[in-house]
Amino acid sequence: MSGAAEYAVKMHHVTKTFGKVTANKDVNLELRKGEILALLGENGSGKTTLMNMLSGIYFPDHGEIYVKGEEVTIRSPKDSFTLGIGMIHQHFKLVDVLTAAENIVLGMEGKATVNRREINKKVRELAEKYGFDLEPSKKIYNMSVSEKQTVEILKVLYKGADILILDEPTAVLTPQETDRLFAVLRNMKKDGKSIIIITHKLNEVLAISDRVAILRKGEYIGVVNTSETDQTQLTEMMVGRPISLEIERPLVERGEKRLQVIDLTCLNGDGVKALDNVSFEAYGGEILGIAGIAGSGQKELCEIIAGLYPSIGGSVLYSGNHEGVPVQERILGLKPDEIVKKGISMAFVPEDRLGMGLVAGMDMTDNVMLRSYKSNKGIFVDRRNPKELAERLVDELEIVTPGVDTPVGRLSGGNVQKVLLGREIACHPSVLIVAYPVRGLDINSSYRIYDLLNEQKKKGVAVIFIGEDLDVLMQLSDRIMVMCGGKVSGIVDPREVTKEDIGLMMIHAGDPKSGSGNEEVTA
Amino acid sequence: MSAHSTQAKEPFLRMVRRDAISSRKSWGIRAAAFLLSLVTGGIVILLLGHNPISVYFSMVKGAWGSQTVIYETIKIAVPLLITAIGISFAFKMKFWNIGGEGQILVGAVAAGAFGLFTAHIFPKLPLVLLMMLAAIVAGGLYGLLPAVCKSKWGTNETLFTLMLNYIALAFIKYLMNGPWKAPGSSYPKIAMLVPGARLTKVLGVHWGWILALVLVVASYIYFNRTKQGYEISVVGESNNTARYAGINVGKVFRRTMFLSGALCGLVGMLQFAGSDYTITEGTAGGVGFTAITVAWLAKMNPFGMLVVSVFIAMLERGSNAIQTQFKIPASAADLLIGIILFFMLGCEFFISYRLIGRGKEEHHA
Repeated sequence: MSGAAEYAVKMHHVTKTFGKVTANKDVNLELRKGEILALLGENGSGKTTLMNMLSGIYFPDHGEIYVKGEEVTIRSPKDSFTLGIGMIHQHFKLVDVLTAAENIVLGMEGKATVNRREINKKVRELAEKYGFDLEPSKKIYNMSVSEKQTVEILKVLYKGADILILDEPTAVLTPQETDRLFAVLRNMKKDGKSIIIITHKLNEVLAISDRVAILRKGEYIGVVNTSETDQTQLTEMMVGRPISLEIERPLVERGEKRLQVIDLTCLNGDGVKALDNVSFEAYGGEILGIAGIAGSGQKELCEIIAGLYPSIGGSVLYSGNHEGVPVQERILGLKPDEIVKKGISMAFVPEDRLGMGLVAGMDMTDNVMLRSYKSNKGIFVDRRNPKELAERLVDELEIVTPGVDTPVGRLSGGNVQKVLLGREIACHPSVLIVAYPVRGLDINSSYRIYDLLNEQKKKGVAVIFIGEDLDVLMQLSDRIMVMCGGKVSGIVDPREVTKEDIGLMMIHAGDPKSGSGNEEVTA
Repeated sequence: MSAHSTQAKEPFLRMVRRDAISSRKSWGIRAAAFLLSLVTGGIVILLLGHNPISVYFSMVKGAWGSQTVIYETIKIAVPLLITAIGISFAFKMKFWNIGGEGQILVGAVAAGAFGLFTAHIFPKLPLVLLMMLAAIVAGGLYGLLPAVCKSKWGTNETLFTLMLNYIALAFIKYLMNGPWKAPGSSYPKIAMLVPGARLTKVLGVHWGWILALVLVVASYIYFNRTKQGYEISVVGESNNTARYAGINVGKVFRRTMFLSGALCGLVGMLQFAGSDYTITEGTAGGVGFTAITVAWLAKMNPFGMLVVSVFIAMLERGSNAIQTQFKIPASAADLLIGIILFFMLGCEFFISYRLIGRGKEEHHA
């Protein structure tokens, strides 16, 4: 085949179905040698499925795959390695108690003994070649997320892969770490490696890639040269129609103080401080964004406030209204049902939607009932009102579901989140805590969620928004609290700082470079 | 399209999870599995030198052929059904109570304490009520113990309940050999319940069958219409969601396991006062384990358990009949039951999954 050899990978009319769902339909994809190809698409558009067929996790129903010009059959991850394909998954697969170098050589064929000095040297050479910053003898459990990712990438390179697939590598990184990763990727490209990077962040696509291939609902839409395109065109190809990317930040006069958190401290499972003297206030009519690298204490913070996690010090004060009567309570240490009994209307949309916020196997009615079933008198449950509420939510939030009696676990991520957020909003909260509310959601659903949060803000609700996408946090929030290692690095006005400032605060606790690191913010 | 080159090297068989299946198709699969089990069992019967059709026929006849055998079949089904309902309380919240045997035995012992030693004090009605109450409380407490330990220290309920079975069994052996040994008996056994204290028969079988039917309806309502039943389902699906919703998970464990054990304990009393009239090591007779099969096959639906427990009772009765009629050894008759249950449980896999052979395309509606 003439010209075929220019391509590192060529996927030809590839189709993959799961039951009735077609994850990939007749997809063509070409990766040129020595290029960085961005694979762009919304969640559920089939990006990961397509790549999993290259890495040997799934087997296509139809179509052919060519690697370096030859038609191949990839039946297992081992086949994939043999062909020089290495995939770096979103979830790391590392052995915590081993060192970086040990993880890298793990599973390699070799002698019965391990010469640690030699492998450390080899790994260090490899890391230096591409500009990674890594100490080969460091144990995984001492590593940051970004370092773990480095180990995953080196693992693949060490095995001799020259085709690399990275699944949403930047999702867990700070802006600075992302820049470093991109620099490394460019080095690898110079070295002749071919790279596919899966992402849905448009600015990153434009920053790193040579070409962009777009998938929509499992179908291949097309490929464009990065230098000849822009965010608007890419969004349109990805969503299927033009869409505004502006996130609104309505001006609302800041209301009363709803929640005051003072010196909150807690331990994680290992007895290390997960929260360390965290103090902040949340006001009605504002969205307080909380930024930080994953695992900086965000999860513990919301779960303590919601009464689901034990603390070892500090206090949480709530002030609000219950049927016209002012309520002021210390809520720290109360269980969720005790909080409700005190007349406190606080809603919490947890990070783990189906594992904590909802019951995957139950239908919408039963899930909507979760928060209110106790209020019914007697021993029986009343499903009539919850059913009406569920039907109303389906209408108002445009939830796509076969019916309110379909198990919510069968709905798509966006619809699951609408059920959860809809139920929480239906309680008329005065404090609404949302943890990563748009994770895994497509653009449309994400913007619907932002709108819903803004509506609550306009109603005078104190919204606490724990987010991971700094661009979104900066556009939506009225104030941003940045966390690092369980401490508050500062509370800033997003209109006055840059993304890079926040990025620095995310890695250096108590480094108020931004100047407005106190709580006084002009509203 | 030139797709054959990849398919030639495709894996031999692939498993694909079914999205949804029509109830007609799923019952079709079950019917096919049943027929296949009869064919497989038939081969075994042929190897034993009998005619499969006449053996199967006498199995059915042995279970339903006359009034006497019908009574016997129902007497097997009643404890199975109530135990299955009891176990499903725990199973619905993913609390693996495999201690039905032990809970039945302690229920029987508690009932025996009143039935054997206070029959001369109380008239029949209060005595029966006392026996019931004692059995319910004893079984309930025996079920409560693993729940308390699980909610306090996170102990493994599977091992815990299993071990409690052996403790109950050993306790009965001790009673048989020591304190409760029937006076004047040369070998270890517990005395018989006096005829005046035995459960009244309604339509030929002790009234436990009416109780069982009432429990089917009551447990269905409990599971599907009450707050407590709802809490059980939430806890079973996700402990975290339950905590998030303000449900005290430990309390639900304890309350539900008490009920689960109580129903099993009740079975012990029914066996003692309605069927065996004494307590032996065989009072539970594997019912606590067979009930697990019943509950699973019925997918925790009480009405389903009614059907399945009658079906299994029929198999057991039928296998007794062919033992006497064809001189088929008991082990071979048990083998037949095993084959049928194996196919019935195994076919659930084909209801949840589809297998796709090499080179076969996937077709969709």
